[in-house]
Amino acid sequence: MGTKIMNKTAKGPLIPYIFWILLFVIAPIALIVYYSVLDLNGNFTLTNYAKFFTPVYLKMTLSSFWYAFLITLFTLLFAYPTAYLLTKTKHKQLWLMLIIIPSWINLLLKTYAFIGIFGLYGPINAMIEVFGFNPKQILFTDFSFVFVSVYIFIPFMIIPIFNSLDKMNPSLIYAARDLGASSWTTFRRVIFPLTIDGVKSGIQVTFIPALSLFMITRLIAGNQVITLGTAIEQQFLVSQNWGMGSTIAVFLILFMVLTMLFTRQKSKGGRV
Amino acid sequence: MNNTIIRFENVTKSYDDGTVVLKNINFELERGKFYTLLGPSGCGKTTILRIIAGFTDASTGDVFFNGKRMNDVPANERQVNTVFQDYALFPHLNVFENVAFGLRIKKVKETEINDRVQEALKFVNLAGYGNREISEMSGGQRQRVAIARAIVNDPEVILLDEPLSALDLKLRTEMQYELRELQQRLGKTFIFVTHDQEEALAMSDEIFVLSNGEIKQSGTPVDIYDEPINRFVADFIGESNIVDGLMIEDYKVRFAGKEFECVDGGMKPNEKIDVVIRPEDLEITTPENGKLIVTVDTQLFRGVHYELSTYDQDGNEWLVHSLKKADVGAEIGLDFDPEAIHVMRLNETEADFDKRLEAYGDEDYE
Ligand SMILES: Nc1ncnc2c1ncn2[C@@H]1O[C@H](COP(=O)(O)OP(=O)(O)O)[C@@H](O)[C@H]1O
Ligand SMILES: [Mg+2]
Repeated sequence: MGTKIMNKTAKGPLIPYIFWILLFVIAPIALIVYYSVLDLNGNFTLTNYAKFFTPVYLKMTLSSFWYAFLITLFTLLFAYPTAYLLTKTKHKQLWLMLIIIPSWINLLLKTYAFIGIFGLYGPINAMIEVFGFNPKQILFTDFSFVFVSVYIFIPFMIIPIFNSLDKMNPSLIYAARDLGASSWTTFRRVIFPLTIDGVKSGIQVTFIPALSLFMITRLIAGNQVITLGTAIEQQFLVSQNWGMGSTIAVFLILFMVLTMLFTRQKSKGGRV
Repeated sequence: MNNTIIRFENVTKSYDDGTVVLKNINFELERGKFYTLLGPSGCGKTTILRIIAGFTDASTGDVFFNGKRMNDVPANERQVNTVFQDYALFPHLNVFENVAFGLRIKKVKETEINDRVQEALKFVNLAGYGNREISEMSGGQRQRVAIARAIVNDPEVILLDEPLSALDLKLRTEMQYELRELQQRLGKTFIFVTHDQEEALAMSDEIFVLSNGEIKQSGTPVDIYDEPINRFVADFIGESNIVDGLMIEDYKVRFAGKEFECVDGGMKPNEKIDVVIRPEDLEITTPENGKLIVTVDTQLFRGVHYELSTYDQDGNEWLVHSLKKADVGAEIGLDFDPEAIHVMRLNETEADFDKRLEAYGDEDYE
C-alpha cells in the first residue's frame, strides 16, 4: 500500500516535465530523423546518409571539428587565467558580473559590431593606416571568425571555471607549497585536477555550440569557413533539400552527445 | 654545537588595512623540543606559523633557521612541514598519494616512496589504509593522514595548527598522548598551536602564551601554571582566583581585608598588585580555623572533586576545588599555605619578572 502512494506522489510533479521533454526534445528529434530518410520527393531513402560519407561532407565535418576545437582551445586559454585572476581580486563577484553582462547582449548585435570594427573602414584598419600600411582584409577570414567566436564564448567558459576555482579550499595550495611544490607544480598537480570539472563544463558549453555555429560563420567569415552549421542552413534555405539538411543535423546531434559523454564528470579522481 | 633551530628577532606583522597582528616577537626554539603557542583565537598564533612556513612575510624583523636568515626563502624550499587546521588533504588523491605528494615532488625513487609512505602510515596507525579515498576517512583518521604527510618528508620542524580542535573530547585526549609520543620517537621539533590550555599543559616542553600579538610569558608548563606573570596568563592557564591586593613589604601581602604571609618580594612598599590563588590550593575548614571566611553560593560535582563558588564579605568570588562536600548557603573557612599565594605586579615585563623571581621566588618553595 505504501509503495502505491509513494509512486503516485513521486510521479505527479513529473508530468509537466515529461510533457515538456516530449514536446520540445523528443518530437523535434523524431521529426529530424524522419525528414533525414526522405528524398526530395518525400519517398523513403538512405541516400542522404550515404551522401554524408562522401569526401565533401566528411571534409566539412572535419572542418567543423577543427574550428570548434580552435575556438574551444583559445577560449580555454584565455578564460582559465582570467577566472584565476578573478578569484584573486577583492570584489570578485563584481568583476565576474562585468564579464558576464556582455553575454546578455544580443548575439546578432555583437556580431554586427564586429563587422563594423573589422571592416575596411573600421577602427582597426584606420589604425593600420596611421602606421602607414595599406588597409587589410580582416573580415571574411578564418582568423576573424575564430576571434569573434572566442569573444562570444569566453563568459560561458569563465563561469564554470571561476566557480570551481572559487570552491577550492585555498589551504590546499599552501599545503602543496609546504610539501615542496613550485607554483607550476602546484597548478599542475593540485589546482588544475581540482578544477577539471569546471573546465569540462566550460568545454561542453563552448565546444557543442561552436560545432553548430552558422550565423557568426556567415556574417564574419563569409564563405571562407564552411562547417556543418552553414551546410544545414544551405540545405534548408538555399537548396531546399530538407532531407540532406536533416541528415547533417542528425550527425550533429550525434557528435554533441558524444562530446557530452566525453566531457562527463567523474566524481572521483585517480593518481597524480 | 648550537642547538637553536628557529629564531625570531623583533618580528612584527601588520596588514595593509593597518591591523597590527604581531608586535615585536622574539624567541629561540631548540632542536627536538615540543613547543606550544597558546592563546585565544585571533591573537596571532596562525600568523606565526605562516611566517615560519613561508606563506606570509614578516613586516619587519628577521627569522632565522639553523642560524641562516630565511625571510626570503620561498615556502617550498623550507625544511618545514605543516599539519593544517583543516588538514588540507588533497581530495583528488587517495591516502597513499596524499602522503607520497612531497616525495614525488622531490623525485624520490618509486620503491623508496613506497617504503617511506608505508612506514609513515604505520607510524600513525594507518597501515593498510593507503588505497582509501580521503572522503572515506573519519576526522581522526584524516588528521593522522595529515601528520603522516608531514613526517614522511623528514623535515626538521613540524608545525601543527590546532590539529586536534575538530576532534571530540575522547579522541582528542587520545591524540594528545599519541602526538607527544610521536614527537619523542621522532626527535623532531614540533611547534603546536592551540587555544586549549589543558592541551598545552599536557603536551609541551615549553609554552608561549600569546595575547594580542605579543608573547606574554614563556616557560615550562609547571612554571607558567605556578608563576603566571599577570592576570591574563593566570586567567587563561587554568581556573584561578584573582583579587586586587597591596604588597605591604617583602613577604607580606594584603588582600580581602587582611594581611597574609607570602613568599614573594621585590616590589615597592605598598605597591598595588594582583593576587592569584588556584582553586585546588584552597582547603575547606571551619570558620574559626579559616584564613578567609566565605559563604558557599553554588556547588557542582565534577567527578573527581567538588567545585564550589563562594563569596567573602568584600564580595570577592573564591572558587574552591575540594574533595569534601560543603553545604550550599553555609559559612565556611578557607585555609591555604603562604606558598599558595602568588603575587603579580601590574604591567611587569617578562624579563623583569624572571629577574625578580630569581631573587625572591622559589627559595623556600617546592
Ligand atoms: N589578510 C588579513 N588581513 C587583515 N587581517 C588579518 C589577515 N589575516 C589575519 N588577520 C588578522 O590577524 C589576526 C591574527 O590572526 P591569526 O594569526 O589567524 O590568529 P589565531 O591563529 O591566533 O586565531 C586576526 O585578528 C585576524 O583577523
Ligand atoms: Mg588560527
